[in-house]
Amino acid sequence: MTEAAPVISAKNVWKLFGPNPKSYLGSMEPNRSFEDIRKDGYIAGVKDVSIDVGRGEMLVIMGLSGSGKSTLVRCFCRLHEITGGTIEVEGQDIMSLGQKELIDLRRRKMGMVFQSFGLLPHRTVLENVAFPLEMRGQERHTRRERALEVIELVGLAGREDYFPRELSGGQQQRVGIARSLVIEPDIWFLDEPFSALDPLIRREMQDEFLRLQGILGKTVVFITHDFDEALRLADRIAIMKDGAVEQCATPGEIVMNPATEYVQKFTEDIDKARVVTVGALARASAHTAAADGNALDSEATIQGLARQLINDTRAFMPVQDKGGALLGTIKRQDALDLLLGAEG
Amino acid sequence: MVAQADPSNAALSRLSSLHFSVVLLVVSALLMIAHSMGVLPAWLVRLPEAVIPPTAEVLDVVFAFVQNDLGLIHVTRSIAAGLEYLLDATGNILYGKNRFPYLNRVSFLFIESLGPIPWSAVAAGMAVLGFWLGGWRMAILAGGTFVWTAMIGQWDIAMQTMSVLIVAAPIAFLIGLMLGIAAWQWRWVDNAIKPILSVLQTLPFFTYLLPAVIFFKVGPTAAAVATIIYAIPPMILMTTLGLQKVSPDIVEAGKMSGCTRWQMLTRVYIPAARTEILVGVNQVIMLCLAMVVLTAFIGMPGLGAKLLAMMNSFKLGRSFEIGVTIVLLAITLDRLSKAWVVKQPKHWERETPWWERHFLLLLGLGAFAAFYIISQFQTFEILNEVGRKQSWSKGREIDRWIKGVLEIDSIQAVTGWLRWFLNVKVLIPFRNALLWVPTPALIMMVVALAYWLGGRKPAIYAAVFFGIVALSGWWDRSVITLYTVISAVTISMLLGIPMGIMASGNKRLANWVLLTCDSAQTFPSFIYLIPAIMLFGVNDVAVVFSIVIFTMVPLTRYTIEGLRAVPLEMTEAADMSGANALQKLVSVRLPLALPTMAVGFNQAIMFAFFMVIIAAFIGTQDLGQELQRTLAGTDLGKNIVLGINVSLMALTFDMAILEWAKRRKKALGLG
Repeated sequence: MTEAAPVISAKNVWKLFGPNPKSYLGSMEPNRSFEDIRKDGYIAGVKDVSIDVGRGEMLVIMGLSGSGKSTLVRCFCRLHEITGGTIEVEGQDIMSLGQKELIDLRRRKMGMVFQSFGLLPHRTVLENVAFPLEMRGQERHTRRERALEVIELVGLAGREDYFPRELSGGQQQRVGIARSLVIEPDIWFLDEPFSALDPLIRREMQDEFLRLQGILGKTVVFITHDFDEALRLADRIAIMKDGAVEQCATPGEIVMNPATEYVQKFTEDIDKARVVTVGALARASAHTAAADGNALDSEATIQGLARQLINDTRAFMPVQDKGGALLGTIKRQDALDLLLGAEG
Repeated sequence: MVAQADPSNAALSRLSSLHFSVVLLVVSALLMIAHSMGVLPAWLVRLPEAVIPPTAEVLDVVFAFVQNDLGLIHVTRSIAAGLEYLLDATGNILYGKNRFPYLNRVSFLFIESLGPIPWSAVAAGMAVLGFWLGGWRMAILAGGTFVWTAMIGQWDIAMQTMSVLIVAAPIAFLIGLMLGIAAWQWRWVDNAIKPILSVLQTLPFFTYLLPAVIFFKVGPTAAAVATIIYAIPPMILMTTLGLQKVSPDIVEAGKMSGCTRWQMLTRVYIPAARTEILVGVNQVIMLCLAMVVLTAFIGMPGLGAKLLAMMNSFKLGRSFEIGVTIVLLAITLDRLSKAWVVKQPKHWERETPWWERHFLLLLGLGAFAAFYIISQFQTFEILNEVGRKQSWSKGREIDRWIKGVLEIDSIQAVTGWLRWFLNVKVLIPFRNALLWVPTPALIMMVVALAYWLGGRKPAIYAAVFFGIVALSGWWDRSVITLYTVISAVTISMLLGIPMGIMASGNKRLANWVLLTCDSAQTFPSFIYLIPAIMLFGVNDVAVVFSIVIFTMVPLTRYTIEGLRAVPLEMTEAADMSGANALQKLVSVRLPLALPTMAVGFNQAIMFAFFMVIIAAFIGTQDLGQELQRTLAGTDLGKNIVLGINVSLMALTFDMAILEWAKRRKKALGLG
């Protein structure tokens, strides 16, 4: 998490669906559960969520269908009007924006990718990608230049004049990604972008996405129902259930210390060594000073260092971050337990 | 599967609904028994004249007030002037005759001076358009239709019809599109439009005609107005449907791209709803064609008028040829506009030169210009205009042939016997029986039927609607209309449903029948009178016969579609349970197909109400006859009362049957 002011800051956000949500929320007793609210005739799409997204951070919101993850992200960009709480984007309360300012915010700062792509069927790839530029009235020539640039970036060069139906699912989503990037947004929303794709293509698109994010370094809010995908991509994961966030933490922390039983269930079948980093296991202890020799990279996973952990016979090993600062030590036995399963 | 959730409850409600219907039927039976014993007071047999409100007279006063005192006539007359200008322009371009004195107005549409366009140029242009939309087959269909029209010597009358069509269709499209958008955008517009639309869709076309004549001048102008109003409703429905169906992802993508509301509508919603909107265009065109033909009844010249005149003088050969032309035009317009619906844009490789991208456009323009120029030379005069002597019309020969065929003893015996049997044994007794039934008894029977089919709401509407019909003072005529509809649809069911069942057994046959039904449905209804008159002459049987062939189309079609839509695993389950073909049909396929078949049945009834009015032309004694009579005068009030009667009867059945189909589908879990 970065120390600078968060890009998106949500405080006690509520989104209720029903006949008269605002007044219901106003008169609602505290601590009513999702079920209680449903019995009153309302659906809690988002239930008292507070969450910050830092600059350049990749926050993955994970949950099963109906958990409110898509609703939450639609509140961030005000595709939904929230019922209670505040959402600030770069310090600006987005609920106070007028229609024009909101459109302006989306035209300058936000890009979004959709699960079933949301491409306009009557427009070519180029015209689809250039669409947001066209909407903000950019001149034809420059918007073409820029669109071609992004199409090249997502690896679709040569397909500019195709229509969406002439492309495969993966290619269509590349168009969706290009469109969301064309205005150079600061904030990038991705709503289950790869869920509609075949498993093999999904993997490929995840790599592609990581490559792009490596170049661009946007602030990302990524939605998925796939826990593996979340672990693979996230800086932090927020796990949602019934509209509320169950736990929001780094992948390593979630795997090591699931906050609730619900989260626990997701982590059960996960190979922890692939997720947990050396840094997450490092402790500052009396051994820190004593430990010497080669320091381990705090960001490497236990599995990534498996060979070294097995061959290196030191009981305690020092861990340092990218800058070379010493963070603490890990106990070899702990790491091996994680890798091979605890004895007995 | 929903109904199974609580079987006892469902059964209970079913029982009580039957119960109420049975009570009504018993009361009406008692009334009839009393009537047959002669003890029923006269005011229960028919409403006495004294209680019938003078609706028509009141309406006339209201219309006179709106028309003259409020000055609506000035508004409509100025609209008429604008329309007339457009119609003159298209008339001049297409067949080069000023329908009205056309001297002191300067035309700023210079293309008018190009008219009349030689038929060969039109045919060539249409052929290329057909090729662009659907390849060689469309090219031959489109080009061939226009060649036929010219060669058979009907170019001018066909162009008279087309000149109204190409004005009316775009206007109906635009109005329908805008109203559709408004209905989608604002709930209250939708609520306001819906009931009007359902009345408009069941209103007999004669009711469109008279107001058009009174407010908009006789001839093409009134024809255009009636046509436009007639064609608007499906466009509204399709537009609203299309806009509602745009996927939320596309909508949100548009919003996140920073679209304003106007941009959302024009760049996202309307293009994304392209398919439905184009289906609407197809329907607008087809309804316009059907209506333009029918406007012959208010003095609109063209194919319809010619057909009417030929049928009046019993020149069946020429009638047949005109019928062929109308059918060809209908098929061409339908296929071309449908091809447009499914036509997807195609991308060009980079560096494709401009002329190659627009090759077909250039070819079309080139062919058009070439034929235009060539036909100006004396030698190729025939490419410009096909004279009377040169035409291929074989009217007289066909006449003779038809007469010859009909005089063959065996054929005459069959048609003669059919005519006798239907008339003497079926139709007239049935009609007399219906006419004998006391008014309240008949109303109760209809209400019982509506309640049994659709429950409380349709039953209330049935009572109110038929009550209004009884109070309109046209009860007997209405009953005759009803009798014709019921007899024709019954016969049609006896023929159409078995045909559908048979066809559904064979995939290729089914496809072929469906295609035929598709084509038959695009024919203007007028066409169906031709074979009826040919076979049976001018009498009740011909009326019923024309309705029967007209209504067999939806019955057959929906039977096939319903049977086809039965999920495969259900028939397989029946097979594995050891059902033979008949058992499978009766216990599995038919019950599951019934809701869909009911929709076809409903459509058949709507078609029958429509056709029975047109059949007034043959000579009936029902509402249609009275309606047709009003066209000659200015009895606007009476015209509307009659029209509303037809509409109310049709709506009663519409509501009850569709409600039944809806409930049944839900109960069967067929979505």
